Amino acid sequence: MAALFYGQELSSALMLGTAQYPSPEILRDAVLAARPGVLTVSLRRESAGERAGQAFWSIVQELGVPVLPNTAGCHTVKEAVTTAHMAREVFGTDWIKLEVIGELDTLQPDVFGLVEAARILTEEGFKVFPYTTEDLVVAERLLAVGCEVLMPWGAPIGSGKGLNNLFGLRAMRAHFPSVPLVVDAGIGVPSHAAQALELGYDAVLINTAVAKAGDPVHMAQAFGLAVQAGMLARMADPMEERDMAAPSTPVAGKAFLG
Amino acid sequence: MKITVNDEAQDVSATTLAGLIDELGYAGARIATALNGHFVPKTAREQARLDMGARVEIVAPMQGG
Repeated sequence: MAALFYGQELSSALMLGTAQYPSPEILRDAVLAARPGVLTVSLRRESAGERAGQAFWSIVQELGVPVLPNTAGCHTVKEAVTTAHMAREVFGTDWIKLEVIGELDTLQPDVFGLVEAARILTEEGFKVFPYTTEDLVVAERLLAVGCEVLMPWGAPIGSGKGLNNLFGLRAMRAHFPSVPLVVDAGIGVPSHAAQALELGYDAVLINTAVAKAGDPVHMAQAFGLAVQAGMLARMADPMEERDMAAPSTPVAGKAFLG
Repeated sequence: MKITVNDEAQDVSATTLAGLIDELGYAGARIATALNGHFVPKTAREQARLDMGARVEIVAPMQGG
């Protein structure tokens, strides 16, 4: 059963970022290869002369994938809330990937600011996708202020280290069995994405791992396949791990050759 | 009148945010605006008066993760 994100089913468990690709053409080809359920986008100052933002927007519109605007780079509640308002007007969606960054070395979320910004934005009708940690207390607060999705990090943004705290991510899945959960940040290779889905996560959000690969288009395709594999595996109910070996080939009827 | 637009000093003749958008050539573009740190929706730009030293932000879609 695919999770619903604020009532909406996604066509794929892959959420793909649009930043850092070598060229707009490679971004377009990567999206076509990965077939993500969502594309993340952002806002930046526009120069009237260059109109870079307008060119980017026409590529995204052509691709026809739903967008999830972010508040990347915001360090305060006020900045994040104002950015969310601007994003709602520019992109015509009340979905917002809420980032309130608290620490520069790890780009760790400022979870106190995050909860406050999530409260304000939810009251104003936004559907908030909070970029958070695997902390269960923070998660409870985010749900209490109206978030219906949680997006814990796997590892610091752009680090490619994969799922750093498996115990924490498992605990979060177990503690919130019916909340849509997305691993956002830190995924480096497709096996990390498959692993997140196998753990029971409903989606993964990836950007750098695709955009900074030597061949972003093939890597995008690989991630598209990995989330399909992970989702299938999750629905197929993985076997129990055990400490001792258990022969997979039946031993009954084996010839006596000793 | 001297104001700042996206952190750059500009000398403009517009007296409202809507006028500024036209004057700077953003008409028809997919943008959002803020005045002195506060979001100003498109529908309120006509009423948003610019004073000397106003800080205007004009943003547009950009790649993001």
